[in-house]
Amino acid sequence: MSIDLSQFIATFLEESYEGIDVMENSLLSLEADDDEAINVIFRAAHSIKGGAGTFGFNEVADFTHVVETLLDEVRSGQQNVTPDLINLLLESVDCIKGLLEATQDGPQADLQQIEDVKQRLQVYIVAHDGADDASEENTEDSAGTEDQSWEIHFSAESEILENGHEPALMFSALADLGTLSVTAELDALPALSECDPQLLYLSWSLNCQSDCPKSEIAEVFEWVEDECRLVINKIVSQKAHSRNWQISFAPQSDVLNTGNDPALMFIALAELGDLKVVANTDKLLSLHEHIADALHISWQLSLNADCEKQQIADIFEWVEDLCELQISELSATDKQQNNAVDAKDTSAGTADNKKADGDKAKARSSKAAESTSIRVDTDKIDSLINRVGELVITQAMLGQVGDDLSDIAGVNTERLQEGLEQLERNTRDLQEDVMRVRMLPVSFVFNRFPRLVHDVSGKLSKKVELIISGEQTEIDKTVMEKIGDPMVHLVRNSLDHGLEEPAQRIAAGKPETGTLKLDAYHQGGFVVIDIIDDGNGLNTEKIRAKAIEKELITQDQQLSDDEINGLIFKPGFSTADVVSDLSGRGVGLDVVMRNIESLGGQVSVKSEPGKGSAFSIKLPLTLAILEGQLVRVHEDTYVIPLVSIVETIVINKEGKNPIAGEEKLLHFRDEYISHLDLKKLFNLPGADSAAGSDTTLVAIVENAGKKVGLVVDELYGQQQVVIKSLEVNFKRIEGLSGATILGDGSVALILDVAGLIQRGLNFEVASAVQSRNKLQNERTQGYL
Amino acid sequence: MSTENWQNQAAETQHNSEGQQYLSFVLDAEEYGIDILRVQELRGWTPVTPVPDMPEYIKGVLNLRGAIVPVVDLRKRFGLPEKDYGPTTVVIVIKVDSGTKERIMGIIVDAVAETYTLTQDQIQPPPQIGGGISSEFITGLVAQEEKMIVLMDIDELMNSDELAIDVPALSNAK
Repeated sequence: MSIDLSQFIATFLEESYEGIDVMENSLLSLEADDDEAINVIFRAAHSIKGGAGTFGFNEVADFTHVVETLLDEVRSGQQNVTPDLINLLLESVDCIKGLLEATQDGPQADLQQIEDVKQRLQVYIVAHDGADDASEENTEDSAGTEDQSWEIHFSAESEILENGHEPALMFSALADLGTLSVTAELDALPALSECDPQLLYLSWSLNCQSDCPKSEIAEVFEWVEDECRLVINKIVSQKAHSRNWQISFAPQSDVLNTGNDPALMFIALAELGDLKVVANTDKLLSLHEHIADALHISWQLSLNADCEKQQIADIFEWVEDLCELQISELSATDKQQNNAVDAKDTSAGTADNKKADGDKAKARSSKAAESTSIRVDTDKIDSLINRVGELVITQAMLGQVGDDLSDIAGVNTERLQEGLEQLERNTRDLQEDVMRVRMLPVSFVFNRFPRLVHDVSGKLSKKVELIISGEQTEIDKTVMEKIGDPMVHLVRNSLDHGLEEPAQRIAAGKPETGTLKLDAYHQGGFVVIDIIDDGNGLNTEKIRAKAIEKELITQDQQLSDDEINGLIFKPGFSTADVVSDLSGRGVGLDVVMRNIESLGGQVSVKSEPGKGSAFSIKLPLTLAILEGQLVRVHEDTYVIPLVSIVETIVINKEGKNPIAGEEKLLHFRDEYISHLDLKKLFNLPGADSAAGSDTTLVAIVENAGKKVGLVVDELYGQQQVVIKSLEVNFKRIEGLSGATILGDGSVALILDVAGLIQRGLNFEVASAVQSRNKLQNERTQGYL
Repeated sequence: MSTENWQNQAAETQHNSEGQQYLSFVLDAEEYGIDILRVQELRGWTPVTPVPDMPEYIKGVLNLRGAIVPVVDLRKRFGLPEKDYGPTTVVIVIKVDSGTKERIMGIIVDAVAETYTLTQDQIQPPPQIGGGISSEFITGLVAQEEKMIVLMDIDELMNSDELAIDVPALSNAK
């Protein structure tokens, strides 16, 4: 075909990956007799196969075809749903994914594995069928050594040309498949004077001599399938026996209103063979009750024809939603239809019917979805968010001007202020709406865990029940993308080291099956994700010993259990010889913590020996906006993220505990915490004068379980600030996570608490070194 | 510079298509030129937000229609005597090629002077020993009406020292 398909490939892949996710999830929740789940899986596989064929990814299409065949047998109840089958199908899903990735410069798919899985799939199919027809079907489908021809009847809607479809091109595509003869049917052709050059009046009968599978022929017509009537029949050399079909057709009473005429259908049926029609008039109303357009008749038809069920079904295609239709074959005659080719055709026919049903259902549901959602590039949304951010700043600026003008009485001032109030409301709503565009339910991340838990627990031979709740909690897409890996790490960690093996669990008096709970919920302006297991909990003693060995703490340091547990997030804790004890993959929990903190979030762990551990991730709803506490340091305004602030307190001289002559520790709620003077840290003037004053304003901030008091000069209000990057035009600065623009248009810097603490430590070291040097110098000078 | 001169320059541009336009500015009685295509806009001086623990010549950051832009005081950068900012003080907003990306930055100068169209043969190579500014930031010298204009390499200048994108964390020991 002449259409450049490459532009659709990205969409195809995107949809296929979604399809794969759907298959995976449905497979994991699949139980016997769950028809809907099987249908969902089947439809997803079918779409992938269809798309792959269209775009020429034949390996994908071939492989998926085998999967589909097996799925179809499951669907029709010929196969039982067993754990083995599910595992095999899950492996197949991985193979499809691998093959798809391989088409996009991904790593080469593992052909050996794919071949292996394919073989096992076919063994399944064959094992069930018992007969040789399945294997024959496969050889026939893929190799197609037999001579065969296809009879195609193609009649399109008259507007098809306006939609840019060209039957001639389709026919030439067919001609590529084999020898093609085309007969045009001119019945519908109007008189020349009435001809509209834009419309199509022709229909065609084609005969294509080709050993290609039916799907290849159907693909040629794929783009017009909604706009045409297409019948594809295989012509087999053997003359098949005439078959008796029993059709019961009970249309709804309003079927005539839809423009369908049963009489025309019967004529079409009659063309297939001998037709007997018996009308059932039970429901016929008396004449005076009769409504002109309503139909109260149903029919029993018997057809003696050499045709497939599908051909009959095709005739009723337009009314299938509007009627009850049963097509059955009378088996009295021709029971000996064991001709392999015929048998295959029949099954293919029914399969196709089902496929068509599935496709229609899918088309219907996707149509419904289309009307409610669109795919938009995230860049566009981000620029929209930026623009709205600007608007918020401008609005705040105008608001201040309005406030300044409030002294001047006058009608215009009042109107201005009313307008400004409206503007403020609308801007706030607009901002919230725009922010919500980026929000997705956290289920996008949670969805991968059933599979992960299934696989990992299988490998570790542990029994685990995964309980997911709160998956509808919404979170910013960027946050979502970055939270996946840390969560996978934590979940694996819980499975690997938290939950015990069944025997151990029974010995400990716990149920054999462990539970792993994923929970998401909103808390203030944040989203909290909990990962809770009922395993063995953290071994506090072991962690303490390891931390001492790694010199993270000293032997005589007194720490609470929570503090000790918090040490597992320390960089350097996860080194090679610890891996076997607590991690396992060489990636430490410090990486988890770093990733989460880079998102402006926090992670903490609570553990009870023998009862389990709970990791809790606290994330901002969005990365674009931050709840901040505005503070003054010297002459400048800074923003402290509200999430980090534990409390702000005023302390007087007694609260400060001098250590070695320097006031470094604060007494805060039974804790001693060190404090950082921002002025000193930032080399701002006036640092020393504050130290001498009686009272100090301190914002207690917390990061990674470590509390530090930040000394500030004044507290301003709390407000949402739009985060601007310093890196875009400048660079990353330690201790600052960005900047924001205040209502008056000036820039305020946003403090990064983790960086500040780090910086504070460096500072302490540096000043210690400096004072020692100073001492050294004085001594040296003294000697001189 | 007179209007006449400007017109001459404009005429010259038309005659000499190979010429490149430069914007010149004044810094401590010396005139410097930068490629005019790099200039995004000129702004009067408004106070900026200081960034903690930066060398003195990095005055801070300002809000350029929502973008956070660092501002460099060129007098301080070159160790020239300080001068109070006045009505002629200008922030030249320039586009700096920083290798992997383009950054928008501001430089504070005493005043903007002129635009010149210069051809390659008018530009003399930089001297080994510069005057006010280090020779590594000079691309050439141009004599214009008994004046000397120093052509500046802004990419070199604005990516140097603490302005570079990837500076190892600054030592906090002061």
